[in-house]
Amino acid sequence: MRRLRYFIGLIIIILIFGVIIFYPLPSLLEWQSVLLKRCFSILFFCALFCLWRIIKGPTPADRAVAIDILGILVLGFCAILGIPTGRDWYIDIGIAWALQSFISTLALAKYLEGRNFDE
Amino acid sequence: MNETIGMFFIIVGLTFDFFGCLGLIRLPDVYNRLQASTKCVTLGTCSILLGLFLFKGFTAAGIKAILCILFIILTAPVSAHALARGAHKSGVKLWGKSVCDKYAEDKGVNS
Repeated sequence: MRRLRYFIGLIIIILIFGVIIFYPLPSLLEWQSVLLKRCFSILFFCALFCLWRIIKGPTPADRAVAIDILGILVLGFCAILGIPTGRDWYIDIGIAWALQSFISTLALAKYLEGRNFDE
Repeated sequence: MNETIGMFFIIVGLTFDFFGCLGLIRLPDVYNRLQASTKCVTLGTCSILLGLFLFKGFTAAGIKAILCILFIILTAPVSAHALARGAHKSGVKLWGKSVCDKYAEDKGVNS
C-alpha cells in the first residue's frame, strides 16, 4: 500500500513536469519567452509548498526554516523575471532581498535560542 | 548557442528547487527538512543565476548575477547552521527513528 502511494505520487510529479515543459509550443520564433513563463509557474508551485509548511508547521523552528527557503526562492523569481522582460534592475531587487533574508534568518535563530540579543 | 546552454542550466536549477521544496513537505523532522531543502535550493538558485549570466554576457546584470552566486554560497550555510543550533537549543526533539545525536553528547561531556 505504501509503495503504491509512492508510485502514484511519482507519476503525478512527472506528469506535472511534462505538461508544464513539453506541452506543444505555439510558435518556433518565441520559444524562449514562452518556456521561461512555464518555468516561472514551477517556481510558483515551490513557493506554495513553502507557504503550506509555514501555515502547518508543528514547531516554530519549522516556520523559520520555511521562511529561509522562501527568501532564497524569491532571488530565483527575480533572476527569471529579468530575462523575458529585458529589464536589468530585477537582479538589484534580488540582491537586496538576499541581504535582508540573511539578516532576518540570523535574528530568528538567535530568537530560537531563548536568550537576549546582546548575549 | 549561449541561450540554449542558459536554458539548460535554468531547467536543471528548477528541478533542484522543486525537489528541495518537496523534501520540505515530505520529511518527518526539523533537521531532516533543513538538511534536504537548504542544500537543494542553494544549488538550484546558483544554477538559475548562472543561466542568467549566460543569457546576459559580460554586462552589468551578468556581473551582478556572479556576485549573487558568491553571496549565496557564502551565506546560506551560515544561516542553516544557525537555524539548526537554535532549534536544538530551543528543545525540538529528534525523530523517533534517528540513530545518534552528536551535539547532545558533546554538550554532556563538556558541562
